Amino acid sequence: MIDWSHTALTIAVILGSCLTLAGMMIWLERRLLGVWQERYGPNRLGPGGCLQSLADMIKIFTKEDWIPPFADKAVFVITPAIVVITALMSFAVVPVAPDFVVADLNVGVLFFLAMSSLAAYSVIIGGWASNNKFAFLGSLRAIAQLLSYEVFMGLSLMGTVLLAGSFNLSDIVEAQRHQWFVIPQFFGFLCFFMAGLAEAHRTPFDMPEAEAELVAGYHSEYSGMKFGMFFVGEYLSILLLSAMTVILFFGGWHGPWLPPAVWFGLKMFGFIVLIILIRATWPRFRFDQLLTFGWKVVMPLALINLLLTGGVVLWKTGASELSMLP
Amino acid sequence: MEVLFYIAAAVTFLATLRVITHLHPVHALLYLVVALIALALIFYLLGAQFAAALEIIIYGGAIMVLFIFVVMLLGPLAVEQERAWLTPTAWVGPSILALILLGEVGYLIAVGDHTVSVVAETRQKGISIALYGPYIIGVELASMLLLPGLIGAYHLGRRLSREGR
Repeated sequence: MIDWSHTALTIAVILGSCLTLAGMMIWLERRLLGVWQERYGPNRLGPGGCLQSLADMIKIFTKEDWIPPFADKAVFVITPAIVVITALMSFAVVPVAPDFVVADLNVGVLFFLAMSSLAAYSVIIGGWASNNKFAFLGSLRAIAQLLSYEVFMGLSLMGTVLLAGSFNLSDIVEAQRHQWFVIPQFFGFLCFFMAGLAEAHRTPFDMPEAEAELVAGYHSEYSGMKFGMFFVGEYLSILLLSAMTVILFFGGWHGPWLPPAVWFGLKMFGFIVLIILIRATWPRFRFDQLLTFGWKVVMPLALINLLLTGGVVLWKTGASELSMLP
Repeated sequence: MEVLFYIAAAVTFLATLRVITHLHPVHALLYLVVALIALALIFYLLGAQFAAALEIIIYGGAIMVLFIFVVMLLGPLAVEQERAWLTPTAWVGPSILALILLGEVGYLIAVGDHTVSVVAETRQKGISIALYGPYIIGVELASMLLLPGLIGAYHLGRRLSREGR
């Protein structure tokens, strides 16, 4: 029997903290970018400026919510919700601590991949429904980029799945009790992290919204809270990327002295700062470089990694497992 | 659980109906995505979690994105074209075929053996052992089928880039 109150509480805590953290990350990013560029960033509202996101939210709610007359209205309105919903749905399988997970699915890794592939629709359809050339160019770029990097994302995770012997995220964390998977799966981690950045369309992979070339890419026509949803969705996917990296490669909640959830939070925070640092320091790629890099460098790397991992796992387990074959 | 199944089945049915009847190609494809997601939910309810996840990743996520990519480029004239094509006479052939299937379903219901037999082993391991054991030839054939496609796409891309220079 499912314990409903426990599940409801877990959902409430995870949803609440995700949305709050996404809001706080907007401030954190602007502040850290400021520090690294030797300026202040938002520092007026609240201690250190940490209430800036609240002010931004009030501003964005009171702005005019304009739907262009030439847009495809129904699709235009639905689109921003897709990115937020898929990102929040993915958090359902994220194990923060032992027994602190909404749905301990047997196919947790695949569920995460499924949600991230559905998230692509928000970008693609958003750009199309805007009926604007710049937005459309953004969504064309997004399709090529997201489809390519989705492939490597799945492939790079399979090494981890092989080592843990399970698609269940809790099992994967449990398998890292003695050694983090980042050591045997270093190339898998590299591929996954790059693919994750590309899926979240973050710098240096933010071609779909390249401000310098495409106005604002796929969300050029969006204003008010609809733009806010895209914005929050991007930060949610950064949060998700850090959470998944920690779970799959950096031992999840494992760590000495501190309680599990704290370790999980600390590791996640480290990756969030790393992602912001990457944005602060790395210029954007050119689009053809992005695709060439993906198919000619990351793809073979992920495949070779998978092949070697499979070979090593087979060598270690020996032929005894194989005798299960009919 | 049965209620969930009927809801998912109704969503699949209605969405598929809209895929066929909708005049706007991109909207029709979006309905198809909804139908695929609902189908994945039905797989999940039948206990085939792995198939459900793959349904969304491969069909919902990858293949439909490619479909939409191509159809997106059609532009606003596509609706008029579709209206011209979707005449009452176009319904005759599919309707006859669908009626045959309906007859079969009716016969099966009347005969009475309508217990859904959930596939014995739907977990990843069972599927993998089946695929790489007795069905290895099917896997090899599928990969051989994909290889010419890959080479063909590479060839086309190469020629275009040379002309573009």
